[in-house]
Amino acid sequence: MSAVSEPAEGPATESGAADALTVENIDITYRVRGRDQTTVRDVSFRIGRGESYGLVGESGSGKSTIALAVVRYLARNGRVSQGKIAIDGRDVLAMRGDELRKLRADTVSMVYQEPGRALNPTIKVGRQVAEVFEIAGVTGAPAQERATEMLEKVRIADPAGVMNRYPHQLSGGMLQRVVIAMALASEPSLLILDEPTTALDATVEAEVLDLVSALREEFKTSLLFISHNLAVIAKMCDRVGVLYAGELMEQGPAREVFEDPRNPYTVGLLRCIPRRGTAKNREALDTIPGFPPSPGETVEGCVFAERCGLVEDRCRSGEVPLYELSSARRSRCHFHERAQSLPRVVKTEPEAAAGNGSAAREVLVSAEDVSKTFHMEGETIHGLVDVSIEVRVGETLGLVGESGSGKTTLARVLLGLTAPDEGAMLAIEGAPLADTTGRRTHEQQKTLQIVFQNPDSALNRRHSIRRLLSRALTKLGGYRGDALATRLRSLLSEVRLAERYLPMRPGQLSGGLKQRVAIARAFAGDPKIVVCDEPTSALDVSVQAAILNLLNDLQRREHVSYLFISHDLGVVRYLSDRIAVLYLGRLMETGSADQVFEAPHHPYTEALLSAVPTLENGGQRERIRLEGEIPSAANPPTGCVFHTRCPRFLGDICVNTEPPLAESEPGHAIRCHIPLEELRRLQSTEVTVAGAGE
Amino acid sequence: MSVGAIPVESAGALSAGRGGARREMLRELVRSPLFIVGTLILLWWIVCAIFGSAIAPQDPNAQNLFAINKPPSSAHLFGTDQLGRDMFSRVLTGSRDLLIVAPLATLLGTILGTIVGLIMGYFRGVIDDVLGRFVEAFLALPVVVTAIIASYGLGRSNLELIIVIGLLFTPLIARTVRAAVLLERELDYVSAAKLRDEGPLYIMFVEILPNVFGPITVEFTVRLGYAVFAVATLSFLGLGIQPPSSDWGLEVATNYGQVAAGFWWEVTFDALAIASLVIAVNLISDAVEGVLER
Repeated sequence: MSAVSEPAEGPATESGAADALTVENIDITYRVRGRDQTTVRDVSFRIGRGESYGLVGESGSGKSTIALAVVRYLARNGRVSQGKIAIDGRDVLAMRGDELRKLRADTVSMVYQEPGRALNPTIKVGRQVAEVFEIAGVTGAPAQERATEMLEKVRIADPAGVMNRYPHQLSGGMLQRVVIAMALASEPSLLILDEPTTALDATVEAEVLDLVSALREEFKTSLLFISHNLAVIAKMCDRVGVLYAGELMEQGPAREVFEDPRNPYTVGLLRCIPRRGTAKNREALDTIPGFPPSPGETVEGCVFAERCGLVEDRCRSGEVPLYELSSARRSRCHFHERAQSLPRVVKTEPEAAAGNGSAAREVLVSAEDVSKTFHMEGETIHGLVDVSIEVRVGETLGLVGESGSGKTTLARVLLGLTAPDEGAMLAIEGAPLADTTGRRTHEQQKTLQIVFQNPDSALNRRHSIRRLLSRALTKLGGYRGDALATRLRSLLSEVRLAERYLPMRPGQLSGGLKQRVAIARAFAGDPKIVVCDEPTSALDVSVQAAILNLLNDLQRREHVSYLFISHDLGVVRYLSDRIAVLYLGRLMETGSADQVFEAPHHPYTEALLSAVPTLENGGQRERIRLEGEIPSAANPPTGCVFHTRCPRFLGDICVNTEPPLAESEPGHAIRCHIPLEELRRLQSTEVTVAGAGE
Repeated sequence: MSVGAIPVESAGALSAGRGGARREMLRELVRSPLFIVGTLILLWWIVCAIFGSAIAPQDPNAQNLFAINKPPSSAHLFGTDQLGRDMFSRVLTGSRDLLIVAPLATLLGTILGTIVGLIMGYFRGVIDDVLGRFVEAFLALPVVVTAIIASYGLGRSNLELIIVIGLLFTPLIARTVRAAVLLERELDYVSAAKLRDEGPLYIMFVEILPNVFGPITVEFTVRLGYAVFAVATLSFLGLGIQPPSSDWGLEVATNYGQVAAGFWWEVTFDALAIASLVIAVNLISDAVEGVLER
């Protein structure tokens, strides 16, 4: 059978004591419609005391299934059909009733992606935290005290106040801290974190990750950290296991695995991620061709063989052992020695540079002095305040900012889905643009289209792909009859969708394919500008790379402009020619991608950039942390809206006077009281670090 | 290039593949015991409504003045009434009018309610407020009083029953549909339709309507149960199905004076029949709701 099952020594292992978690050769099987489907096969790893172990993989790879199996939370139709799981040396699979309850209460805690769903919305936060202590036998006032202490430990500024609030009154970041506080209250020996920061903004994510690292030291807790985000894993974990289709493909110290991957899957995955400093006109992203095997499908030989560029006959038969590369590293590949010679699927050089020298091009769409005020429950919320942007022909304008910064509102105003306040001036190709899409000319309507974030919401789930696309071609492109059929076929080939998907409903397609349909629909009327609202945030990295390449290709061929909204700065950097940074509905900085991403830049941009974990430099790049929460747009701070969180806060001038958005160098404008030269000096240390990736 | 082979959402075996979701639901429905029992009872009464006269051992309207008020026996399984008519035959044929009036009334209410609900939910604002007042006013009308008033205007007929019950159901269904539409209209596919200049009619009926069929179906089956009950009640009060029909509600009304004299069988079997039909419809609606609303 498989060669190696005894995993390597972790760096933080104390000798003598039992491991926090041992998983030995487990298979996990679900019974679906009377048939057994094995979704996890022969997975082994162990987590030493105080060690942090990461499981990384794309959706459907079985990461969460393994985490559920560890605490015996598998759905009723699922079971561990083979192997052993032990926590603190005790066999978890043999536990029953009380024993299992005690294990979950004292020894293991879990934190999930959605903190809002982990808390009871009808019970005050303090009560819920205190409950954890009550289960441990502390009641009354001491339990309350301990709860307050615990909230302090997770760095909640006003623990007594938070205790008295309901979950819906707290932000996502705060909630996740509360959940972490509850998870750590029982001082568990193992903490399982399943995508704990995926739903959070980058700046909040950075804080939560710092917090977890600090608490891990304090509580001497071992971590099982599950994420699809390789950079987060690189930052948080000592060792990492890479999962694919339910099998452990590679395992080893996190830094070694990401810097020197020894499995073609890991190599391919890493190539899908836009590296720092790469841009669309310098380097095309590589992709992983094909699709993972469907759950329950039995693959003869290597599970990755179908999609692997190094595949040979021997990969397709027999079992591939987990080769032992060194005392700490394993790889499930016959060719682990030359894994990095995996041929690229996409050529490195883009065919022709797209969007070069966009400053010289003419303006396609402009929005001037756009404000948008929402009135909700007696509150006035300033969604956008005097924002002016322009998008030139064939260029990509990246729009970045935390959630609530007004990115999507600005996009909806441009599209005519949300009417701006009086005084805004929208224009397309020099002609004024009406406030709502219904009052725009047909020509203008087809010029401006959008690719939404979530294809499940954007595509009518009751309509077939053929109907979705034909309708758009008829309404926007004016195609009918034979011309429609011809154009439909060419549209499909442009977005690389096979014709056999036409009769299917969106629900029958994978996330990446659905997004291709959505892109095809946006391009049905030959638009001149397409708003891309987080088009890849719901997708796996390998799929994301393919979609980004597709958007790039389309731009090169059709000279379309993009307004590209994303919270992923790596993606924005990769795709954008120019970038606009929004904070609380105000434009903080605009400039070319290089100007914005390289110092000197706005302190907010600086903070955003340093919040993002990266794979380079072993994930260590944090220099600045934004303290506190994003202020409410109903009650924004005086003066510079960023002053409450600004790492370069000057003093009274920031509190009292709002700085103008001043053009500091050609094409580069910053809304800050600090002069450009001063910013350059302050941020000069960053330049060397930030530039290292290039 | 990346157009590959297996278009499967690989979110783990729990989701069990979403291909053919509708077929999957149907399969689940057919397997549900609630649905099976409910459907069997309902089918039985439908068969009786259609072939009642043929199945019935005797002519349900044949009077036999020599055998009045006879208790159940082998000759008359459910006994006879005060005119000597065979109760068993009358119960078997008593579902006919009910099974025409109740579904048609529910259908009318569902169609009107869907239209009103779509309009309210899609346009919101003033239209929603104005229609909302009407809906609330309608909701306050008691079935019986309305039926009495309507019977003066429209006369006492099955058609009048269908119209009255249908109209009274309209606001209830409109409310459900409106709630579902409010959720749907926020989805991006509606924005996408607006961006290609689709009219409100197209958006409401082609884009949104198919997506709110679930709640509408559930509401239809729930209302059907109430409709059966309402028709039986009105018939009992003399406002519904008219003689000489052997309708159950009507039978209970005509015969219930006889219970005091000890002739319980003249009411009990009809009442049980009404109950069985209402329960059958409710079982089906529970099963449908269980499958659709998850």
